[in-house]
Amino acid sequence: MSGEDDRPRSRLDSLLSGDRPGGIVLSALMLAVLTGLALTPFLFPGTRSVAVAARICIFVVLAASYDVMLGYTGIVSFAHTMFFGIGAYGVAIALAKFSVGWGAVLLGAAAGVALAVVLAAAIGLLSLRVRAIFFSMITLAVASFAQILATQLRDVTGGEDGLTFSVPRVLTPGFRLLEDTVLGVRIDGRLITYYLIFAMSLGLFLLMLRIVNSPFGRVLQAIRENAFRAEALGYRTVVYRTLAGALSAAMAALAGAMMAVLLRYNGPAATLSFDVMVDILLMVVIGGMGTLYGPALGAVVLVMAEYYLQPAMATLAGAVAGWPLLPAVFDPDRWLLWLGVLFVLIVYFFPSGIVGKLREMRAG
Amino acid sequence: MNAAPALRLRAGDIAPSLVLPLLAAAALPAMSFSTWLTLTVAGVAMGMMLFLMASGLTLIFGLMDVLNFAHGAFITLGAYVAVSVLAALAGWSVAESWWLNLAALLVALVAAIVASGAFGFVFERVIIRRVYGAHLRQILVTVGGLIVAEQLIVALWGPNPLPLPKPASFRGSIILGGAAIEKYRIIAVALGLAVYLALHLVLNRTRIGLLVRAGVENREMVEALGYRIHRLFIGVFVAGTALAGMGGVMWGIYQELVTRAIGADMTILVFIILIIGGLGSVSGCFVGALLVGLLTNYVGFLAPKLALGSNIMLMAAILLWRPRGLFPVAKE
Repeated sequence: MSGEDDRPRSRLDSLLSGDRPGGIVLSALMLAVLTGLALTPFLFPGTRSVAVAARICIFVVLAASYDVMLGYTGIVSFAHTMFFGIGAYGVAIALAKFSVGWGAVLLGAAAGVALAVVLAAAIGLLSLRVRAIFFSMITLAVASFAQILATQLRDVTGGEDGLTFSVPRVLTPGFRLLEDTVLGVRIDGRLITYYLIFAMSLGLFLLMLRIVNSPFGRVLQAIRENAFRAEALGYRTVVYRTLAGALSAAMAALAGAMMAVLLRYNGPAATLSFDVMVDILLMVVIGGMGTLYGPALGAVVLVMAEYYLQPAMATLAGAVAGWPLLPAVFDPDRWLLWLGVLFVLIVYFFPSGIVGKLREMRAG
Repeated sequence: MNAAPALRLRAGDIAPSLVLPLLAAAALPAMSFSTWLTLTVAGVAMGMMLFLMASGLTLIFGLMDVLNFAHGAFITLGAYVAVSVLAALAGWSVAESWWLNLAALLVALVAAIVASGAFGFVFERVIIRRVYGAHLRQILVTVGGLIVAEQLIVALWGPNPLPLPKPASFRGSIILGGAAIEKYRIIAVALGLAVYLALHLVLNRTRIGLLVRAGVENREMVEALGYRIHRLFIGVFVAGTALAGMGGVMWGIYQELVTRAIGADMTILVFIILIIGGLGSVSGCFVGALLVGLLTNYVGFLAPKLALGSNIMLMAAILLWRPRGLFPVAKE
């Protein structure tokens, strides 16, 4: 990365901020993910596959923004879903309570981002000046408080049921942009929603790549490697860590805003629950912390697993039906058990995840 | 970390010790005396149960510098073991005999202590052993362990909430000074006090306690003197997780319903307590648990919707005032 600065930068390099995936295998994988997502509505027509692809796009942003904290800054937050939820509730409340229109979407998203940034900064300044470990504990407490608040403030958030709302007409399935189909695919509001989410996710991902490869990003990595030394070099670690937290919160809130537009619904279980937090952790760790490409890959793997691993486990549970206890652990509802085992194994044996492992193999 | 150094405060530094009585006194004008007494006893009882759950975690952190995010799984395990034991001893539990009921509770407690302690031993060997000294990986790996443990518990006991009825003689309340006081709360307070005193005695009056205290102050020096610090680590980890299981039994019976989320819910309060009291301090943990218990009950009566929020406000206020908690540990 930094050693390649002498060469004239290609257009691709400036797009990727000089941080290429690295290696043929990884580059091919990332390219496959990118083209796969870009062409999903045409390659795999159907409502379900487009919904899965949109979910992947959103989780790429969410996992990558979490990586800015976990992988690049080295602090563990459990409140990432809170910021995700704040963004989603921002859009949901604006659309459900005020008016249906682009103004409401933008206003809701902006309000969500602003609240997320303020909250993240407050939590950071309060806890990071003591010990980084306090941050993890406090974010867990605050996130659970947010969850309770969202279920109790019935009038504002719709409580446990959440909010169902309408989106601008261009994004509704009923809207037709063209009379004719393109390559057998109808150009309707659902497709426009998908490409809007795809473009925004791609843009946000490239922006994060830009940020972690900037001088600011280098300081974050220095703090991760040795906070004491970074402080001695004159960098205020509290300020940098808090900024990283606020930035990551803003990105998560934007991902939440996209999620609300996609689902046309938001509730505590959709965006605030601890299950989503566990998903994000798994994505970042399985893909590879501190690489940004890793979390993107992790998001693809995990969202696909969510949709396609459970049927596979049902088959397996059927095969061991007569055994003691085995059907219980292979029950489709226990898929998190196996991901948890995988998670622990990866932290032990491949702490740098899939991407880190691929880069190591290329280097040596 | 333990009572002696934590309570040997600098002259004039008694402010942290005054928080608890001030809180109790501040609540009195807002309600009638009998209500206040009921709520105070309820708060103290809740605080004692929280102390059982939190003390293990603070000990583990103090000695081993490991923050175990999977602590809640041991609480859940304890509660589920109590469900099975009390179901098996249903004859003892429903009998109108005080002694049989107490025996059932004791068997449940012992079973939970053994189960949680044994699981804690395995957990230390398999999960924690490889990540001493690396905070980031510790948090990640213990969260992974938490996911696996929770899922295993669900695989064993099923996903549905299970009822855990109180043994017959522990139901109902007695009237004292015009205030109704639940019998079970008195048992919880007695048990919590007994554990606090036992911890205090073990840490301050025994050789093992001396080594644990020394290990908290300076691990390398204890090792250099020829003691196998790792055995101490295992011992403290097993004891800490056994305490969590005990807390799980008491809390499960108190709620009379055990869900898979019982440990995760309590972990949040336990973390708040640890931050308030000062990470690693047993006395701080005791005071913190009582503060959280009392505040939850007072606010739960005065403004029910604010109950959990009040604990977070308390934590934020104390962090602003004393960033290291009320009774910080000398180390570092």
